[in-house]
Amino acid sequence: MTGLSVRNLSYSYGSKRALDDVSFSIAPGAFSALLGPNGAGKSTLFSLLTRLFTTEEGQIEIAGHDISREPRAALAKIGVVFQQSTLDLDLTVKRNLSYFAALHGISGRDARTRIDAALERLDISDRAGERARDLNGGHRRRTEIARCLIHSPSVLLLDEPTVGLDAASRKAITDYVHELSRTDGLTVLWATHLTDEIADADRLLVLHQGRLLQDGIVGDLRGAAPLSDYFLAQTGAAA
Amino acid sequence: MTGGIRAPLVALGAIVTREALRFVRQRERFLAALVRPLVWLLVFAAGFRAALGLSITPPYQTYIQYETYIVPGLCGMIILFNSMQSSLSLVYDREMGSMRLLLTSPLPRWWLLFCRLAASTAISILQVYAFLAIAALYGIKMPAVGYLAALPALVVAGIMLGALGLALSSLIKQLENFAGVMNFVIFPMFFLSSALYPLWKMAESSKLLHDICAVNPFTHAVELIRFALYGEFNAPALGWTLLSGIVFLALALWGYDPARGFIRRKA
Repeated sequence: MTGLSVRNLSYSYGSKRALDDVSFSIAPGAFSALLGPNGAGKSTLFSLLTRLFTTEEGQIEIAGHDISREPRAALAKIGVVFQQSTLDLDLTVKRNLSYFAALHGISGRDARTRIDAALERLDISDRAGERARDLNGGHRRRTEIARCLIHSPSVLLLDEPTVGLDAASRKAITDYVHELSRTDGLTVLWATHLTDEIADADRLLVLHQGRLLQDGIVGDLRGAAPLSDYFLAQTGAAA
Repeated sequence: MTGGIRAPLVALGAIVTREALRFVRQRERFLAALVRPLVWLLVFAAGFRAALGLSITPPYQTYIQYETYIVPGLCGMIILFNSMQSSLSLVYDREMGSMRLLLTSPLPRWWLLFCRLAASTAISILQVYAFLAIAALYGIKMPAVGYLAALPALVVAGIMLGALGLALSSLIKQLENFAGVMNFVIFPMFFLSSALYPLWKMAESSKLLHDICAVNPFTHAVELIRFALYGEFNAPALGWTLLSGIVFLALALWGYDPARGFIRRKA
């Protein structure tokens, strides 16, 4: 069983092809970076992986569940952080998390235990009673990551989760998710256009103009060249 | 985790609580919801009392004052405006991204949308009873049984108008376009109904307008509430309101279906 499998996936907005025959699979517990410039199709791919969009062209399996045939089982296995924040800014951190837990059918003592554990892990327990509006960008992102762990997913999808954050917050969040993948065996798909968020040992998927250009281990793909140069060469050559 | 009846009920509780908290936070929304019908009742109705003669029509057994006539219509107005407010907050949620959280829950999408509908209806009903309490203090009292009998009528009307709001929210691309809903949905629905004047009165002015009023689902929601407030049951009004509710609900589910609806272009 793969953690995440995408086969021959295509999607169009009218006549504009946003994804074109994209295929890849990620082993359970692997961290994969989806690298692509703006407009590459990353957000469209995430919308398909989370069933905000559906398509008849291609197949998606999440932790062994086909998302078109078993959408509920597949969605129950996903933890997702969207590019745009989905926190209710007027609710406290804890209420945001308990609302999410309830959307997954978790309530009462079970929810409280999971929420406390998630806040503890992300080192934001002291912010639990604060309104999300009062948090800085880094803490809001931490809250969203804590939230997406509450239902114990096996696949984490993060769509440019560090957008708008300062360098220290970006590093802290990137390191933390790498560690989650290692220690908890979570399958991670991390979409970004920032090459410094990707480690040499990570799996790399390069998406450009809706097509998957490269799929391999970062260190092997880039050779001696810096990843940013390699990425520019790939996307520049394909442009 | 999501099997059985427990998980959907947990989600229902959370969604209703969230909407209630949002409503409580927006005190001006509650005040506006009450001030709007009260202005109609205390100012507009007082002015029109002399101009509009009302004959005895069911459910009324005797001549009534115009203020008494428009109370059920103003209850409908509260639900109509609140449903559109809820629709607006759905569009806002979608633009702000929090709608994604709801739509990526493993619970069935139709249930999640129904939860939003139930939350909006519950808030509308609270507002209606607050308005009825003020109307009673003003001297417009219903039979005691009417206050109880109105509850199911308010639920049906709330679900129907909430479903309309839900369907509209799936059609509206941007928050800015919502002003159009006011002009093209709320005002025509309200004025082309029996909320402010009986249909026979409208027929005297224009047969066409009367016919439009007669097929307007809001007219039937108002009549359902009007009869219920006097402890009476209006079967045709219930039938029309339910039928309209089913159509609007089907439209909303279609609109929010990721494979077919409008939401796919902008979620």
